[in-house]
Amino acid sequence: MLKTFRIGGIHPPENKLSAGKEIETFPIPEQVAISLSQHIGAPAQPVVKKGDTVKVGTLIGKANGYISANIHASVSGTVAKIEEIYDSSGYKRPAVIIDVSGDEWEPSINRDESLQKTCDLSPEEIRKRIFDAGIVGLGGATFPTSVKLTVPKDARAEILIVNAVECEPYLTADHALMLERSEAILIGITIAMKAIGVTRSVIGIENNKKDAIDRMLRLSTGYPGIDICPLQVKYPQGGEKQLIDAVLRKQVESGSLPITTGAVVMNVGSVFAVYEAVQKNKPLIERVVTVTGKSVRRPSNFRTRIGTPIRQLIEAAGGCPANTGKIVSGGPLMGKSLVSLDIPVSKGCSGILMLSEEETRRKPAGNCIRCAKCVFACPMGLTPNLLMSLTEFQEWDRAEQEHITDCMECGCCSYTCPANRPILDYVRTGKNRVNSRIQERNRQK
Amino acid sequence: MSDYQIILYAMLTLGGIGTFCAVILHVIAQKFNVAEDPRCKAIETVLPQANCGGCGFAGCKGFASACITADSLDTLSCPVGGTKVMEQIAAILERPVTTATPRIAVIRCNTDCRRDVPATRYDGTGRCSIESALYSGENGCAYGCLGQGDCIEACPFGALRFHPETHRPEILEEKCTGCGMCVKTCPRSIIELRSKTPIGQLVYVRCMNREKGAIARKTCQTACIGCSKCAKVCPHDAITVSNQLAWIDSDKCRLCGRCLTVCPTGAIHGVRMEDRTTERLS
Repeated sequence: MLKTFRIGGIHPPENKLSAGKEIETFPIPEQVAISLSQHIGAPAQPVVKKGDTVKVGTLIGKANGYISANIHASVSGTVAKIEEIYDSSGYKRPAVIIDVSGDEWEPSINRDESLQKTCDLSPEEIRKRIFDAGIVGLGGATFPTSVKLTVPKDARAEILIVNAVECEPYLTADHALMLERSEAILIGITIAMKAIGVTRSVIGIENNKKDAIDRMLRLSTGYPGIDICPLQVKYPQGGEKQLIDAVLRKQVESGSLPITTGAVVMNVGSVFAVYEAVQKNKPLIERVVTVTGKSVRRPSNFRTRIGTPIRQLIEAAGGCPANTGKIVSGGPLMGKSLVSLDIPVSKGCSGILMLSEEETRRKPAGNCIRCAKCVFACPMGLTPNLLMSLTEFQEWDRAEQEHITDCMECGCCSYTCPANRPILDYVRTGKNRVNSRIQERNRQK
Repeated sequence: MSDYQIILYAMLTLGGIGTFCAVILHVIAQKFNVAEDPRCKAIETVLPQANCGGCGFAGCKGFASACITADSLDTLSCPVGGTKVMEQIAAILERPVTTATPRIAVIRCNTDCRRDVPATRYDGTGRCSIESALYSGENGCAYGCLGQGDCIEACPFGALRFHPETHRPEILEEKCTGCGMCVKTCPRSIIELRSKTPIGQLVYVRCMNREKGAIARKTCQTACIGCSKCAKVCPHDAITVSNQLAWIDSDKCRLCGRCLTVCPTGAIHGVRMEDRTTERLS
């Protein structure tokens, strides 16, 4: 029996259409738009102005505060303007627009493709390089990696868990990366282990990626301390707390950080970015993006520069099918539907998913019949139907008591609801409201 | 034992228990009696009993006790009952009356974008608070009315409805009491309370767009572009422009209507101002 997390979860159709497709290097576009807030936390401060020439890897946005990340130019050319554009949040945010000319890289970046296995840097130096490279969690949450690798003084890290679960249907970016850059990922893991001062690491991979599991198992013998843990296919196993439970059988208490269980969880894409940043001095300027959908002619995995408009990715995958109802950035469950085709690829964009009109249509919501399917599906052990009602009737104190802030917005509740109730919509709104109330209260203290 | 005896014993027993309980209840009532100011009850009877919370207190009872404990009535006002109720309260408390100007809510969005074909279509849950958390809205204006009607649901007086043509919320002047519930509910904060004028005239900037002029104009033809023409022409110093958005202070505005004529986009809206112009001309 394979391991998995113990509370809730669902198993939607996997639809990994682009599995087994090689990573194609996407051509450099004529113009890129690099958003200054591609991470959780404060937006980066722009350090270039209109007319400046930049090279690939030039710093264009400086981290503004502790929880923030550097932003680098992903192309060479001139800065056309700094303007507010739509990003995947659905709102306009400042971005640096660069007109591309040539492909000139910063000389400090090592563009040699050969593997570089040894790393003699100290943990502080490693963290410094990761911070400088602007690496964030590439699974989608985009939390700055340098902060994650800094273990708080009152906690002790025991193990590094690498999240190669990719539990969202359709997405195959991490899968493809594991098949093609396996050694680099393993070196990245040893570097990350050194940065947090642990000697053990486990890579959690869902069992629907058997080729990746085999490959990793074979290669990991050369890297002491790294184990592979095949996991049962279940969504949302890629959630930090779910993965810790699946691998270590430890529950993260409500309101406390995952580090209290002694585990640091990192996405496999971020680990690869760590390898490139530390060993090759290359900032985070490109990532693997899955472009997929049931009616898409050529579902693909592209290695694209950050800032490429998604319109071009869609065209390269065979164009936007006529029956497309929604274009989603990320997976079908946690992704966000996009408002425009001109939205650029950001650091957290793991996939572009084109869903048909029929697939996205919302069915009319009925009344709650108290079947408790959402309660059994909730991986955080919450009572989603109750939280929905509490938000509807604005019972914020009670919602807080019922731990609405623990919700991770995975959408299992809405997925299972036989009455098609928009449970997550309400719970998310309620959670935001309760969070702002808590902040308000803390400010008054 | 005869039937009569049974009835008699039952009556005596039950009567005895009843009396005993009554004595206990009386003693407890005396001991734990909370002295309530009789004026509190009196004030409550004059209050509208809508429990809307527009005064900032939890219901009418909360407001009544606040009136008694407060040092003066200057800062207190029942937005629903208005001056009339405050006068009555002042009479009950034997205090000087303070007059608060009655207020009316206005929605600061022209909803002009409705004339264009929306760039995106929202098919999610019909709540403004939910749509606002997801994206900027069908027409891309991050400041405008989303039109799902959270305010309509929040209004305790039925003073809001969907406009039959634009399908956007509209405030019914005669029913609005200025309690401010809609102001608190609107996730975009585009509803504002303004001073009521004798014949219901209003002049206000019907836009909340704080983007730079060119960008604002791109999303909406009737957006405030922050050109400051209105501020320059205003003889009463009632208009301030900050963050590319004009705001008319309803306490300073004398309803001369000059700003209405200079606004290049028509973002400033006047209610019953035509009547006034004719009045002045005749």
